[in-house]
Amino acid sequence: MNIVENFDLYAPRLVDKEEHFSAGHRACQGCGEALAIRLMCKALGKDTVIVNATGCMEVISTMYPTTAWNLPWIHVAFPNSASVGAGVEAGLKVLRRKGKIADRDVKTVCIGGDGGTFDIGLQAISGAMERGHDLLYVCLDNEAYMNTGIQRSGATPFGASTTTAPAGAASSGKSEWKKNLAAIIAAHNVPYVATACHSYPFDFMNKVKKARKVKGPSFIHCMTVCPTGWRTASEETIKLGRLAVETGVFPLYEIENGKYKMSLKPDKLRSVEDYLKLQGRFRHLTPADIEIIQKRVILEYNKLLDKAENLHSWSELEEK
Amino acid sequence: MSERVGMEIALAAAETVALCRPDVVAAYPITPNTHIPEHLSDIVADGRLDADFICVESEHSALSACCGASGAGARAFTATSSQGLLYMAEVVPIVSAMRLPVVMIIGNRALSGPINIWNDHSDIMSQRDAGWISMFAANGQEVVDMTVQSFKIAEHRDVMLPVNLNLDGFQLTHVVEPMMFLNQEEVDAFLPEYKPYAALHPDNIVSMGTLALPEIFNEVMKAKDEVLKGSKKVILEVWKEWEEKFGRSYKPVESYRTEDAEVLFLAIGSMAETAEVAVDELRDKGMRIGLLKLRLWRPFPFEEIRNAVKGAKVVAVLDRAVSFGGPGGPVFSEVRSALYDEKDRPMVINEIIGLGGRDVPVGDFVKIAEKATRVAKTGPEEEYEIFGVRGS
Repeated sequence: MNIVENFDLYAPRLVDKEEHFSAGHRACQGCGEALAIRLMCKALGKDTVIVNATGCMEVISTMYPTTAWNLPWIHVAFPNSASVGAGVEAGLKVLRRKGKIADRDVKTVCIGGDGGTFDIGLQAISGAMERGHDLLYVCLDNEAYMNTGIQRSGATPFGASTTTAPAGAASSGKSEWKKNLAAIIAAHNVPYVATACHSYPFDFMNKVKKARKVKGPSFIHCMTVCPTGWRTASEETIKLGRLAVETGVFPLYEIENGKYKMSLKPDKLRSVEDYLKLQGRFRHLTPADIEIIQKRVILEYNKLLDKAENLHSWSELEEK
Repeated sequence: MSERVGMEIALAAAETVALCRPDVVAAYPITPNTHIPEHLSDIVADGRLDADFICVESEHSALSACCGASGAGARAFTATSSQGLLYMAEVVPIVSAMRLPVVMIIGNRALSGPINIWNDHSDIMSQRDAGWISMFAANGQEVVDMTVQSFKIAEHRDVMLPVNLNLDGFQLTHVVEPMMFLNQEEVDAFLPEYKPYAALHPDNIVSMGTLALPEIFNEVMKAKDEVLKGSKKVILEVWKEWEEKFGRSYKPVESYRTEDAEVLFLAIGSMAETAEVAVDELRDKGMRIGLLKLRLWRPFPFEEIRNAVKGAKVVAVLDRAVSFGGPGGPVFSEVRSALYDEKDRPMVINEIIGLGGRDVPVGDFVKIAEKATRVAKTGPEEEYEIFGVRGS
């Protein structure tokens, strides 16, 4: 049997069988975020400390006195997983240096939703990235404050109806565009930044493994589908993640030492309508609204391709 | 024990923190702070302290990073003042609920607005109910001694609570005083290496900071209250050991010339030192007056207060913070509440004094003593007074 030809069958066998984020948590049916965490933990392995911002994942996984975590885990508050993570990383580093804990590499991994990352936690993340802590930050972006009832965030896409940017007779939902988070983080000269989605599990896990190896800050922006907030059928989570990528709404790429690299480049982008029409949060959109979104998605996608084609890595620029 | 050395108290605090060998120091230098973090960064930069100094981007992150470091099993320290403490405020009660023995020195300063930065106690009083052990130093020597004590108390297995040590901004933080320092051997002998009860490491998996539903929340709060109240036993033990080893005594409430006193001042922080001078002057004139210095703010020393005021006719409580539209300053409220059930209790009056760095000279205490003598005969005049307001 040719391993390369049958890679899709073979690859899952390479995945860690151990569950670090165990069954029995209280996430909704079809929760993309819980799936992403499960995959992320498998890629990270046991020598990991998880620092969780307040949000769905903290609520569904650690209802006292239970916990779904088979990894050391800490939650302090909403805006500060990056600064708590900075303290964990510094603490482990000093204790290891002083011989007070085992002399092996334990990675600090901060996780936060889009609210805790794009909005209230951005200052702490910027500080941690600027200071160069050896930590991985994974943003699990489901595009609104889902834990508290679907309020809009800086990550909510244009046109989505949320409880604080509702569609109505005088409104087409959120009237602003999503922040380009990866570019904001990359602007801190972070050596490894990537986008990912749970619907491409091996791509995501490979990126987590790559980020884990970075000595210094690294960042993954993972799109996670939320059936509750997106008003979608729970069995369509994987499909929606794939459509987000195939339409160019959420392209998968890496920024490694300044060099952009597309992880997946479809020959032709699908129409955004294929993605939008499955979701209740977009059901009020008119053909004209969809046209506006289609144009913007293509513009952003082309901006990204332009960067991937024209930007050089730092080492290439050093030699120029 | 060496001889006295003159030094700015903030620098002395930093030197003493370094002797306590913290693993992680996280601090933000502004909004505002004192020389404590700056000097600690010097000590780390000079290689005199093996620690990670994290110069964070806000006080919120300073205390958050201390939380993370302490969670990882490291000894963690931070310092702040005023708005900085308020900026931390979200994290303050979480540290105590998580039983993380972080030590924080607060150079007490006024809260804005108007923006002011000088000394009063409005910053710490805003965090009164956060579940930390809270103590006040009245001079440089006490800052040095209580810094070491703070780590020992916080990390005691029966306590495991954060401690905030308060010293008056400018009046103490920026003043040079002669102090006796401990050497490294003395500190090491007094303060054992920190052994965390639980720490974030894959060798011993733990979840910290979980969600508590209404069914369990009361119980968690009760536990937090019990452990804070119970910490007094350990605090007294640590102070007893300190006195035995170093000869300097520390008590929750300290009495100065209170024998046969009819009028008592009750002061907190550095103004207690000025009050001593006033008591001496008034005693020389034949007045039966004394002073109580409140050192331990949380857990509040109810029993010690009740015993200390016995025999007095009037207690004049001096607060350095306003509870706007409330029952008087925060110290006054506690003291009066402590005495409410007593059969023979003195009258308690409240003077709010020295706000936003307003000087509190000896003459102010003399005026307050005169008022206390007057109201002992004529009865109380108002709920509380903001003392020395111009034009009133």
